[in-house]
Amino acid sequence: MNKDHWKLWEVFLRSKNGLSHKHVGSLHAADAEMAIQNARDVYTRRSEGISIWVVPSESITASAPDEKEPLFAPSDDKVYRHPTFYDIPDDVEHM
Amino acid sequence: MGTNVSLEENFQTYVDGENKIEPKDWMPEKYRKTLIRQISQHAHSEIIGMQPEANWITRAPSLRAKLILLAKVQDEAGHGLYLYSAAETLGESREKMISDLQSGKAKYSSIFNYPTPSWADMGTIGWLVDGAAIQNQVMLTRTSYGPYARAMVKICKEESFHQRQGYEVVMKLAQGTPEQKAMAQESLNRWWWPSLMMFGPSDDESPNSAQSMKWKIKRKSNDTLRQEFVDKTVPQVEYLGLTVPDADLKWNEARGHYDFGVINWDEFYDVIQGNGPCNKERIAHHVEAHEEGAWVREAANAFAQKQAQRKKNTGAAA
Repeated sequence: MNKDHWKLWEVFLRSKNGLSHKHVGSLHAADAEMAIQNARDVYTRRSEGISIWVVPSESITASAPDEKEPLFAPSDDKVYRHPTFYDIPDDVEHM
Repeated sequence: MGTNVSLEENFQTYVDGENKIEPKDWMPEKYRKTLIRQISQHAHSEIIGMQPEANWITRAPSLRAKLILLAKVQDEAGHGLYLYSAAETLGESREKMISDLQSGKAKYSSIFNYPTPSWADMGTIGWLVDGAAIQNQVMLTRTSYGPYARAMVKICKEESFHQRQGYEVVMKLAQGTPEQKAMAQESLNRWWWPSLMMFGPSDDESPNSAQSMKWKIKRKSNDTLRQEFVDKTVPQVEYLGLTVPDADLKWNEARGHYDFGVINWDEFYDVIQGNGPCNKERIAHHVEAHEEGAWVREAANAFAQKQAQRKKNTGAAA
């Protein structure tokens, strides 16, 4: 690898307290601290965040797209997990 | 082969259903290649586009104007970085993209090969060049590739500032002394046609467009976008009391659009081929800046290694 190559980081921002951090993109940096500095310049020029997380892209393990079926399909046929599955008379309030 | 066909068919059905493609999803190799070419070209345009404007940072006419111009040029750097990141999700490395730009293998928007000899150009670029870019980029917020679409949403929010600050610069000149107004007109004369060329060749001369439309990478044709831009911009020119440098420009009641003159495509292809007024200068400057920055990238790596080593040693001692 090139000696001037910086590794890739994923950037997550919390826009305000009360909300969770959200992925906004990625960038290159030599280490975590510099990744935070770069993220500040690249992703928060207009008050988009009050807190930054940076994670080395190589540290993220993602589910594979072709596992979509076995992973997520089983929950599609469990309609009884949703409140609308149950018929409650309109006369019953606060439910 | 049979499997391949059905994969491609599934992909098309998925895209037709207005679903977004994400980095790890299966995609036709040509879709990937097209996107890498388009997104990296878009990123290069943002980065090279910093040069014509940076030309005026040290000579901005007021502190206010200087702050605004600095912020705008910094945004262009940011836009380039969002786009490089989006292209990297397709498996293209940053180093490869930069080297393709510098070797001339990758292109960038021809408009940035024109010089900026006048302060009025800082206004005209924001107004027309960013305006034309917005026309294209608003469409691209709905492009089928997720990371590209998301980068576009962020970019469009920021471009609006670019266009408005540009219009303000031109407006101040247009409403100033006769000399200032002449400056604004002279600048408009130079940038009008190259701005119309930004949308690319006419539809019948644009062979890749049909496939890109089918894959919903593009959602409007070059000529449609160009017409929308002309229709929006002409009234803005009139408001300033300036004149569009096109004798054939005329409102067409029947079409509900402006008719406009024939674009000089020879000039367009000539600039793409590298013969524009500033092509060589733009790339030479990029190479120079990149090479002069090499020691910074190396030093940052060395520092990072040292910090990591120190942390490890402290950890071992404790």
